[in-house]
Amino acid sequence: MLKKTPFYEMHVKNGGKIVEFAGFLMPVQFDGIIPEHRAVRSSVGVFDVSHMGEIEIYGQDRMKFVNHLTTNDAAALELGQVQYTTMLYPDAGIVDDLLVYNFETRILLVVNAANTDKDFQWIMDNKKYDVDIKNISDTMGQLAIQGPKAELVMQKLFDFDLTTMKYYWAAEVNMNPASLKKSAKKNIPVILSRTGYTGEDGFEIYMNKQYAAQCWEMIFDAGAEYGIKPVGLGARDTLRFEMRYCLYGNDIDKTTNPLEAGLGWVVKFDKGDFNGRESLLQAKENGIKRRLVGFEVIGKGIPRPHQSIHLGGKKIGYVTSGTFSPSMKKGMGMGYVDKPYNKTGTRIEVMGKVPIEAEIIKGPFYKQGSHK
Amino acid sequence: MANIIEGLKYTKEHEWIKLEGDTATEGLTDYAQSELSDIVMVEPPEVGKKVKAGEAIGTIEAVKAVSDLYAGLNGEVVEVNEKVVADPSIINKDPYGEGWLFKIKLDDPKQAETLLAPEQYKELIAKH
Repeated sequence: MLKKTPFYEMHVKNGGKIVEFAGFLMPVQFDGIIPEHRAVRSSVGVFDVSHMGEIEIYGQDRMKFVNHLTTNDAAALELGQVQYTTMLYPDAGIVDDLLVYNFETRILLVVNAANTDKDFQWIMDNKKYDVDIKNISDTMGQLAIQGPKAELVMQKLFDFDLTTMKYYWAAEVNMNPASLKKSAKKNIPVILSRTGYTGEDGFEIYMNKQYAAQCWEMIFDAGAEYGIKPVGLGARDTLRFEMRYCLYGNDIDKTTNPLEAGLGWVVKFDKGDFNGRESLLQAKENGIKRRLVGFEVIGKGIPRPHQSIHLGGKKIGYVTSGTFSPSMKKGMGMGYVDKPYNKTGTRIEVMGKVPIEAEIIKGPFYKQGSHK
Repeated sequence: MANIIEGLKYTKEHEWIKLEGDTATEGLTDYAQSELSDIVMVEPPEVGKKVKAGEAIGTIEAVKAVSDLYAGLNGEVVEVNEKVVADPSIINKDPYGEGWLFKIKLDDPKQAETLLAPEQYKELIAKH
């Protein structure tokens, strides 16, 4: 049985092309991946990300527990701060990548839609100390409002100065449309988070399902003057891809560890023990054998996931994500490449129907993002 | 619902063919462009190439997917639409008009009788 998010009817009404994704009926696009991608890069777009999973951890030992479960240093989080992190299996393969929200009464974990049930089970199986664990995914709606105009749009809906909310901070606040003519009957309690998966400035907002329709309406009213538009999963993927953000199931999974994926910055070996620490440390000491790299096509062709990467007729890796970059207007890709062939400037061949010549490059593909 | 034009012939590979004497103009159907969405690269066959019906003779790449381009009939490629090579999004905007792909001088115009009529093509995509 496929699930519908609380915004499903809205997507159908807006002409969304609906596909099955991670057990949900989701819009893959509305008026096209490229126009939606551009709207987010140049103005503002809204993504329904209600399929993401939300798991709450209560109890006095919640921080100790989460810190043992994840690789980044959750204990360093102040109240209201958000952290990107990974959870590992004992062999250092990745269970999931996720966000950790540190609130006064609880810790909120936001996980990938396709992994929600698996993650919840994993967290329950690893339960220790005095904690209570709740999967609240089915009760929540979530929207991402992303783009250089996102702050101007969202400011209309909140009473406090949004310029004071920094990147990777969040607050439990009331959405208060006092300044809007079409005012709602009462305040809507939401989690407002300055986070995103696009490389642009923006917010993610979590609300109880019962407020979903009202939130959507208020955000679209507030954004009308900026040409705010709904954005599907297609552009969500091209936007994250241009930033070289990892996508679980493509670039990372249970067979990859965070060090080879370039996620060493969310692994804090010196914070104390955590799941997978021993194996990961061992892997580090043995030397990482391959690295996730980014590459751009020289000439024609678009790399696609699972294609082999060759150098001098020898297979040295494979593509994990590959598409046409709407901003750079060419084919680009990400993939695992054996050391020492992972160096910037290395010319590789991606084995499409005809071999595609490409060059390994540094950093995000798109470097003009507005996020702060 | 995908647009299907009367007076054209269709292939199982979701291409349309317009017959004028011994020349066939070929393009992608509205259904095909909509399924591919956001076409960003077209590699058409070269002018002068001899082609056979059902043969893969080029590629169409969209943001999310890649598809082969097939010859609908036997003949020789006599013209390629350079406009869609320069701006492939034309195929999404106007698949049956400005978005045509190439023209073939046919070996045997009667071969066109083997192609699908609009009604048959409609049935084909209804199954998808």
